[in-house]
Amino acid sequence: MNVLAIDTSNQPMSVSIIKESTLAAELTVNVKRNHSLQLMPAIDHLFNQTGLQPNQLDKIAIAAGPGSYTGLRIGMTTAKTMAWGLNIPIVSLSSLELLASNLLYDSCLVSPFFDARRGNVYTGLYRVHHGDIDQVEPDQNIDMTSWLEYLKSLGEYVKLISSTEHGFQSMVSEKLGDQGILVGHSLQLPRAGLLGSLAINKEDEDVHGLKPNYHRLVEAEAKWMEQQQKDS
Amino acid sequence: MGEIMSSEQNEIILAIETSCDETAAAVVKGGKKLLSNVVATQMDIHKKFGGVVPEVASRHHIEQITMVIEQALDEAGMTINEVDAVAVTEGPGLVGALLVGVNAAKALAYAHHKPVIGVHHIAGHIYANRLEKDFEFPLMSLVVSGGHTELIYMEQHGEYEVIGETRDDAAGEAYDKVAKALGLPYPGGPEIDRLAQIGKDTYQFPRSYLEEGSYDFSFSGLKTAVINKLHHLKQKGAEVDTENIATSFQASVIDVLVDKTYQAAIDYGVKQLIIAGGVSANRTLRDRMSERFKDTNIDLMIPPLYLCTDNAAMIGAAASVEYHKQNFASLNLNANPGLTIE
Ligand SMILES: Nc1ncnc2c1ncn2[C@@H]1O[C@H](COP(=O)(O)OP(=O)(O)O)[C@@H](O)[C@H]1O
Ligand SMILES: [Mg+2]
Repeated sequence: MNVLAIDTSNQPMSVSIIKESTLAAELTVNVKRNHSLQLMPAIDHLFNQTGLQPNQLDKIAIAAGPGSYTGLRIGMTTAKTMAWGLNIPIVSLSSLELLASNLLYDSCLVSPFFDARRGNVYTGLYRVHHGDIDQVEPDQNIDMTSWLEYLKSLGEYVKLISSTEHGFQSMVSEKLGDQGILVGHSLQLPRAGLLGSLAINKEDEDVHGLKPNYHRLVEAEAKWMEQQQKDS
Repeated sequence: MGEIMSSEQNEIILAIETSCDETAAAVVKGGKKLLSNVVATQMDIHKKFGGVVPEVASRHHIEQITMVIEQALDEAGMTINEVDAVAVTEGPGLVGALLVGVNAAKALAYAHHKPVIGVHHIAGHIYANRLEKDFEFPLMSLVVSGGHTELIYMEQHGEYEVIGETRDDAAGEAYDKVAKALGLPYPGGPEIDRLAQIGKDTYQFPRSYLEEGSYDFSFSGLKTAVINKLHHLKQKGAEVDTENIATSFQASVIDVLVDKTYQAAIDYGVKQLIIAGGVSANRTLRDRMSERFKDTNIDLMIPPLYLCTDNAAMIGAAASVEYHKQNFASLNLNANPGLTIE
């Protein structure tokens, strides 16, 4: 199976092509640049490197969020339009689950997170075990203090992993002490090669209906709903 | 791409437009013939917020985009393989909204080895008219919409010279703001248009012509005059005659639009005058322009309503000219919210 996989959820952009079910090419770029400029040239580069043509793809995989709204839209629009245009299946994976999967062959709790500003994070809780991953707590938007207190209360060792810049280093060691660690050494960056591999056995989704999981309402919508509740 | 050039005048362009709150796709043949024109409007969604919320618009575009493109191809009875190029609005507009169209166009074109053409939204509004009747140069175009009020002079296809523009609010923006002050639902333009048919110009608001010989516009003074008048009436406890306010406001806007456009058309000796953009839906503007140009040799062109508001057919029509110049975008085409037309 040939798969094109895309993750532009946050600053790091990662794209890969899986050829005959094996990773053939992967590119991860972690600089402050516009994904709208970078993504198609990067995809083109992968096709050139692998000698594949778009019409030889069998599937497209996309990291569907949470993350930066703009980043998510660029990746999702590209993925769904290409999948629809080629008439091939599309599958999506949580951007947090993808990141937690970096530790797939460990055996522990993993809490991936992205900075969501003003002390908040997008996060969730996963358990990895010898090549498998299960969700323990759903992806959510929460303040980091409460989340770390929750993790502490579990009384179990947790590996935290974040692909975005954040200022939570000292808070993590303060709150969790020796019950947790922040993963580094570039293992905290998303890898589209992994996304493509995980996608091989995932079920197809409806291409038209697919959209990013923002995990946060637009402020105007939230206010409007609040007002509706007050009025009724 | 050498083959494409070979006197092929009937190229098929799939066009995409997502600059504001309409997700649109169309198929246009040879820049003049409309094969399909699909518009998914978000008007009702933004109504409850009293205006377009950019993040909400962007989120809706991504949910609509592939369906709208599919419908446009279906209605044209075509597959993507029969398309010669994919055109898209590159700017100006809301950046998050534009990004959906731009990335969809690039992905689709790349998957099928088609060229991409980036189009200026206002060039699209002007070229909407070419779907009705071919251009004769030189021509003048008045673009009046929610974001633009411009007089654009053209000597040939694809060449635009802005000879006048608004220094503050766009005409449509003034309509929308005055409507809001009157407590009318969004978007206010059509509401004011409706009420203005009933009322009378009793308030005689100022007409802003700016300095002698200027083709520029200014509507914020008029907007302020209307709002001040409303405050004043309220303070006195006097009744506000919404219909007369609407008529008086509209009379001021249209007097200036018609006079300046007429003067520019005469000064530049144009053969055609094109009215474009959302405000060209306005009945009084249409009537007054027709009346003013009736006894001239200038051919007045006002597009039918469905081509006045944002649509992708106009983007396909404007793209045709760029197609023949082989003016294709590269893979790093980006949304450009502040794109200029010249
Ligand atoms: N009948 C009308 N009379 C006056 N203004 C109108 C009428 N119909 C629409 N409009 C105005 O046109 C604008 C929308 O046009 P559009 O071309 O979509 O603008 P833009 O793309 O710049 O946002 C709005 O400001 C709306 O109020
Ligand atoms: Mg417009």
